[in-house]
Amino acid sequence: MNPSGEGTSHTGSLQIRVVLPYHLRTLARVDDAVEVSVVPPGTLAGVLDAVEGRFPVLRGTFRDHTTKSRRPFVRYFVCQNDWSHEPPETPLPRAVADGEEPFVILGAIAGG
Amino acid sequence: MSHIRVLVGTRKGAFILSSDGARKDWKVSGPHFAGWEIYHMKGSPVNPARIFASQTSGWFGQVIQRSDDGGETWEAVGNQFAYASQPGTHQWYDGTQHPWEFQRVWHLEPSLTDPETVYAGVEDAALFRSTDGGKTWLELPGLRDHETGPQWQPGAGGMCLHTILLDPKNAGRMYAAISAAGAFRSDDAGATWRPINRGLRSDFLPDPLAKVGHCVHRIALHPSRSETLFMQKHWDVMRSDDAGESWREVSGNLPSDFGFPIDVHAHEPETVYVVPIKSDSEHFPPEGRLRVYRSRTGGNEWEALTAGLPQKDCYVNVLRDAMAVDALDPCGIYFGTTGGQVYVSADGGDHWAAIVHDLPAVLSVEVQTLQPTAGS
Repeated sequence: MNPSGEGTSHTGSLQIRVVLPYHLRTLARVDDAVEVSVVPPGTLAGVLDAVEGRFPVLRGTFRDHTTKSRRPFVRYFVCQNDWSHEPPETPLPRAVADGEEPFVILGAIAGG
Repeated sequence: MSHIRVLVGTRKGAFILSSDGARKDWKVSGPHFAGWEIYHMKGSPVNPARIFASQTSGWFGQVIQRSDDGGETWEAVGNQFAYASQPGTHQWYDGTQHPWEFQRVWHLEPSLTDPETVYAGVEDAALFRSTDGGKTWLELPGLRDHETGPQWQPGAGGMCLHTILLDPKNAGRMYAAISAAGAFRSDDAGATWRPINRGLRSDFLPDPLAKVGHCVHRIALHPSRSETLFMQKHWDVMRSDDAGESWREVSGNLPSDFGFPIDVHAHEPETVYVVPIKSDSEHFPPEGRLRVYRSRTGGNEWEALTAGLPQKDCYVNVLRDAMAVDALDPCGIYFGTTGGQVYVSADGGDHWAAIVHDLPAVLSVEVQTLQPTAGS
């Protein structure tokens, strides 16, 4: 469980702000952070499903099509914590669920 | 007047070079997909406005792009490449068995007859086909499921299916080449396959004449004589006149018979081009002199083509998919280097000029010869 996280009891869908890495922004043809609708209470998997649902072109680019496992050089950051190894059902922290903090998909710093 | 479109895939994006039939003045478009590796781009021979591109990244995986307007605009299509059957294992570098894992698309080969059909050669080696313009992909598992599959092993660049040749004279016949498994042929449109490596000799194998395991770098054919194949192997330039049933060496007087690309003149089926590289330990031209070699006799007798190419201090490489020919007369020859140059010869190789000097490392070069449309 992430240290800052607990679910939210909001009714209706949550509007989650997602920051994509540069190459996925160009692929999705967006310039900035995107907003996706997530069914409450909002989980890690729920955010990733919503990103793929809104931008089908991103399917397979940050996690595997079938197994849903994260690609090795991609990380998920939430409220200054690394969520890359969190279970998919982990609930989002309130700050993310409330839209105060973004959910960050990050390309690892590697290569030359 | 015909014009030419050169499709260049590089380590950091795609570039499209355009010229009229004189092939002297060029317009450069790009980078497209900046920052991504573009392993290969190729246009449909049926509908030249349709171009497929393999866009890959160690971070973000595989994307397939398609253009229907000659590269002006692009649409990402399907990128799910799932092996059709239990993937099994192949030999790993340490001799153990390793599971088949999809890495990337090395080569895209559009159908000769149907603009919706395109083949993809992938790493780990397998052949996929799309019949809906790249939106969905299904494996043709007969190749990967071949009984020799567990003996295949990756070359230094990975276990890639890098060459797909469609036989224009024999419906259903196609060829594939894999590093380091060898060459394979199908006579039933990719349903079943068999190795065609008799006559290849690879001294790095315990049995140098083994049925599979040869590091084939590239195969080429001339459409009018499709039973004749030319091969640049890891070492050795080879020729077959019986659709790969047997091969004989035609390296002849080459300064080195190591290299990657090989191609055939558009109008002369016995005129062949290679770019000798010093060795598999030193991936640059012998003596620092970049030379294309041409044989007008189908091999064995080779002449160096040097006019316009750097003849000192040149230490670039030319990769397997980075040479192509156009269909004009005289035939144009093109190749790209890991130093970012793309060279053209508008006279069959006698004289060369750089179209561009400073692109990222070139991974692939394909050429489209576009016929004038009404009113143009």
